[in-house]
Amino acid sequence: MAGKIELEVKGLNFYYSGNIHALKKINLTVYRNTVTSLIGPSGCGKTTLLRCFNRMHDLYPGNRYQGEVLFQGDNILSGGTDLINLRSRIGMVFQKPTPFPMSIFDNIAYGLKLKGVKKRAELSEKVEKALVHAALWNEVKDKLGAGAYALSGGQQQRLVIARALAVDPEVLLFDEPTSALDPISTAKIEELTEVLKKDVTIVIVTHNMQQAARISDWTGFLMLGELIEFDRTDKIFTAPSEKLTEDYVTGRFG
Amino acid sequence: MARTAKKNPVDRFFSVMTAAAAFSVIVLIAGILYVLVSESSLAIGRFGVWRFLSSTDWDPVRQSFGALTNIYGTVLTTVLSLAIAIPLAVGIAIFVTEISPNFLKGPIGAAIELLAAIPSIIYGMWGLFTLSPIMSTYIEPFLKKIFSGVPLIGILFQGTPMGIDILTASVILSIMIIPFTASISRDSFNLTPAVVKESAYAIGATRWEVVKNVVIPYSKLGVFGGVVLSLGRALGETMAVAFVLGNNHRITTSLFDAAATITVTLANEFAEADSDVYLSSLFYLALVLFVLSFITLAVAKFFLLKAERKYSR
Repeated sequence: MAGKIELEVKGLNFYYSGNIHALKKINLTVYRNTVTSLIGPSGCGKTTLLRCFNRMHDLYPGNRYQGEVLFQGDNILSGGTDLINLRSRIGMVFQKPTPFPMSIFDNIAYGLKLKGVKKRAELSEKVEKALVHAALWNEVKDKLGAGAYALSGGQQQRLVIARALAVDPEVLLFDEPTSALDPISTAKIEELTEVLKKDVTIVIVTHNMQQAARISDWTGFLMLGELIEFDRTDKIFTAPSEKLTEDYVTGRFG
Repeated sequence: MARTAKKNPVDRFFSVMTAAAAFSVIVLIAGILYVLVSESSLAIGRFGVWRFLSSTDWDPVRQSFGALTNIYGTVLTTVLSLAIAIPLAVGIAIFVTEISPNFLKGPIGAAIELLAAIPSIIYGMWGLFTLSPIMSTYIEPFLKKIFSGVPLIGILFQGTPMGIDILTASVILSIMIIPFTASISRDSFNLTPAVVKESAYAIGATRWEVVKNVVIPYSKLGVFGGVVLSLGRALGETMAVAFVLGNNHRITTSLFDAAATITVTLANEFAEADSDVYLSSLFYLALVLFVLSFITLAVAKFFLLKAERKYSR
């Protein structure tokens, strides 16, 4: 089922400020409309890799990339990349819910307004669509004007997903999106990834191996900044080629 | 708590000493308040509360005193200096927290703190000998040329620019309160969780949009608290203002006129207070300032506390 290629990482090295070599020669391919999970012990570089895809590292001085990350064929690490445009095409959801200090409606509409959408009718329509898409609409449709902090943690996380979806991204990056949530909220978000991948490509960093096994089509296992193995999820969890991968997924360390 | 201090004489000595030090603060405040009230009781008896606060008299010859000209001068210079200082200070804070490269953050932060460390008398001297001539030769004639014909605000720019006036005093004051507002704003901005800022960047916000829509809404209570603290400082500032405000007990509408603030009046007139009522009125004026500052500080604390509670959740 290897379909179209969405993201292609070629010989990527990444250095944090102070020349800390965090990613070493990563090669990996993310296919369109799939869920790709990145697993590995803490500090292995999985979040670092995820944050390369929307150039989040650029916010902090001294970080350095080397190599290529091709997004639909274009190298996004090249100097001419328009980061604002890139980030509206590649959305991100963080570990903890990060609603903005504004109403539910304005949270979702924020990205749209940044893109220049001004008409109230269009905003309303897209906000509703995004909330429906993120399976939150029924819970919040009567209180769109309420502050986003009034929602529960699980609802806030789906709000943040809806916010990311509202600008019609092509890729969604999830950085341990359920690690701060209870099991029921986690299950809802996991179901959501299944639905969302029809429209977007998902890359998810997770600490939870069962989660990776449940929801992803492809899995990459990282350790100490190196990609040890990258393959279809069922292969990684049932018949990995590398001894290290087998030890990790069977819980022998990590 | 099982091992009480009572058993150990050294412990006991220390707890008594520290408690005494702490309570002495309360005693001191109560004492100051008592002196202010008792010394001003003659003037309170003579002029009452409302009449003293609303009278523009300040006439040592007829021994008729009112606080309004002083309150007016105090409030006007304070408000004006805040209006100048807040945009600059918030701008500095935004630059230092969100825009400046790391190697500049230290030097700028240190410079702001140094600005706060300069004794106010030096500001006063600098104001009198440097700023005041610049104001009267360049800036005030320029403002007058532009604004004096404009309806409504033109009234603020009438008269001869002398450089010893409300505007110059406000500029000096604003320079003195910028460090407070800037460093408190900076601290408040830094309380905005990095991950919330990142998620705004992550949907394509520019730096300015992140500051405007995320950082400032997140920290506005803290910034407000900082502003009120600066207000308290501006209310009480004496020396710098005394040099450049003149000492004029009149309510004037032009910013180019001399005026008097409560503090400047107190600093200038104790030596010449030749009657009991005069002296008592000066104490009464001090009491008014005490109450004004107390209210300001209470409001500031309230907002800062509220901000803290909001973020510690």
